[in-house]
Amino acid sequence: MAAPLLRWFGPGRRWPLAWVDSGSRHRRGVPTGSASNRTREQSSVAQQPLCTSQKLRKGEHKWAAVVGLEIHAQISSNSKLFSGSQVCFAAPPNSLVSFFDASLPGTLPVLNRRCVEAAVMTGLALNCHINKKSLFDRKHYFYADLPAGYQITQQRLPIATHGSLTYRVSVGTKRSHMATKTVRIKQIQLEQDSGKSLHDGLRSQTLIDLNRAGVGLLEVVLEPELSCGEEAATVIRELQLILQALGTSQANMAEGQLRVDANISVHHPGEPLGIRTEVKNLNSIRFLARAIDYEIQRQINELEHGGEILNETRSFDSKLGFMPEPNLPPLVLYDTASLPAGAQSQQVINIDQIRDALPELPSVTRERLVQRYGMLPEHSFTLLNEVGLLQFFQNVMKETRAEPKKVTSWVLNVLLGYLKHHSLAVSESPITPSALAGLLDLLDSKAISSSAAKQVFEELWKGKGKTAVQIVSEKQLGLMQDQEALEQLCRSTMEEHPQAVMDMKKGNPRAINKLIGLVRKAALNRADPAVIKALLEKLSS
Amino acid sequence: MWARAVWLTSRGVLGGCQAFATKANPQESGRITAAVIEHLERLALVDFGSREAVARLEKAIAFADRLRAVDTDGVEPMESVLEDRCLYLRSDNVAEGNCAEELLQNSHCVVEEYFVAPPGPCAFKAGSGTTEVNPWPYNSLSYYFQTGNISLPKLDEKEPFLHS
Repeated sequence: MAAPLLRWFGPGRRWPLAWVDSGSRHRRGVPTGSASNRTREQSSVAQQPLCTSQKLRKGEHKWAAVVGLEIHAQISSNSKLFSGSQVCFAAPPNSLVSFFDASLPGTLPVLNRRCVEAAVMTGLALNCHINKKSLFDRKHYFYADLPAGYQITQQRLPIATHGSLTYRVSVGTKRSHMATKTVRIKQIQLEQDSGKSLHDGLRSQTLIDLNRAGVGLLEVVLEPELSCGEEAATVIRELQLILQALGTSQANMAEGQLRVDANISVHHPGEPLGIRTEVKNLNSIRFLARAIDYEIQRQINELEHGGEILNETRSFDSKLGFMPEPNLPPLVLYDTASLPAGAQSQQVINIDQIRDALPELPSVTRERLVQRYGMLPEHSFTLLNEVGLLQFFQNVMKETRAEPKKVTSWVLNVLLGYLKHHSLAVSESPITPSALAGLLDLLDSKAISSSAAKQVFEELWKGKGKTAVQIVSEKQLGLMQDQEALEQLCRSTMEEHPQAVMDMKKGNPRAINKLIGLVRKAALNRADPAVIKALLEKLSS
Repeated sequence: MWARAVWLTSRGVLGGCQAFATKANPQESGRITAAVIEHLERLALVDFGSREAVARLEKAIAFADRLRAVDTDGVEPMESVLEDRCLYLRSDNVAEGNCAEELLQNSHCVVEEYFVAPPGPCAFKAGSGTTEVNPWPYNSLSYYFQTGNISLPKLDEKEPFLHS
């Protein structure tokens, strides 16, 4: 697991690293040079900071934080971007490396069609303008895991630009108050991944595995419009969901398929932007949010105490050697109108065709859930956010007669609550969708009360393979079906407590509740309070 | 091999960063400042140790500057001689790899199927005078292949592009 790298950029401030994941050092400067201009310009977008969890008020003036994200997503493909070696997570070192990946002389890059399609799909899903002509460049820097000494990327003219990503954040303290925000996407480009370095401190050497070298990456650059860790986390989660829905990337942060670098600066609203620092190598969304918030706070503290923010990357910035990739002609994409006649379909990429074949995006799925099942928008968000939960919910819906609202409530409140409490993923749930469907059917047919249902749930949770029906009969949790017997119980209870009956007739609520409670006890908890109440009132009238 | 790599690298640097050509000119035509040398050394990991090397560099830049005599107003820069060609798209099939042994044979130092490199960029101080600290030799690509089995043509003493 790569240790996170927080670059303070001061002398003597180094984080001890066991795994030196080259993702960190990739971005020695700013890969898209223009972000470096940002720091000295006024922010052109007026941003109201909605991050209430962040205590940005300190001292006399309010602070505003500016966060820009650069995301690298590994493209889900069989082979690499420019060579035919396999893309696979865990494999023997250097076994998935071709001569090109090892940068042996005489090898040339050959572009993988699937990677281009993935880039176009992602660009379309993020509302980007797709450049019909894009160019490849070489970005030169020296590092052991970059055997060629350069990375093939798309610096000058990337495949997609000017998109947007919509997300929802909670406003204020109430969870239910959500606001929709948009972050602009500056560009999406195709680039090569580098290999992996394993640092051996004992023998002062670095071990290099080139399995990952040359794998296709989608770099998504967001405009610096975010203001706190929570927003960043939400944006990343949404991007993850989109990429997974498209199938263009598995976007699993823990496996390094999604890497996020954050550029953070603070300033007083209205004043020029501050110096920015970079936070890299974050391999979980939660840690990302915390690291960003921590860095924001650190910068505020530093500036409030008269210090200054150091940024060493600036000296590397625009000096990184970029040159056009001489071995690759421009990448030309077509749409239905511009498709050349008689062109081989394998050699031509039609943007319109790809657009028509786009899978359902998360935002559309959520809308559909709200329309079809009448759930609240935030429920749809929760269903999509938890891995596997939507599938679980849909499986339960298939097998149960219960109302969608009931199912939603049980899945989101009860099941999810238990899972969170035991730190389990949905895939690890001891209760299967069928089991839950069975339970909900019993509830729906009024065979059990809701409190009994909770008990059954507890039993099911133990995962002993019994069905809800079995548990109900074993533990005698079923509601009394015999109306006569219940009436008899009511009558006998009323006879035993004449005072309470009199109070009830007067309309004393405590008396009614007392009687209900007594009847319930007598019925061994197998009667619904509402039903009892109705019976009591009927009998006393 | 080393000389060729150096040539390629500095060519890449000069080609990519047009800022240098424009910066050098206004200051003093043909003279390269110590700051620029230091910067180049750091970027390209090349040691411009001698006065001779710096003079050579100045000559190289002067030679390249002759390009400015060409009027390129309104002409789109050419990116490569291939720019009118069609970019071939390969199908997403696995067709290569599984040659770890072969690749590792080329390497100078190997540990359990990993290539070995020295730890991180050492403190390389350009022009520090002391020759104890070695520049990190990645520009020589020597960690990935030795010329053991491949015979390369010998280069002349003079680098080709300096021929007037």
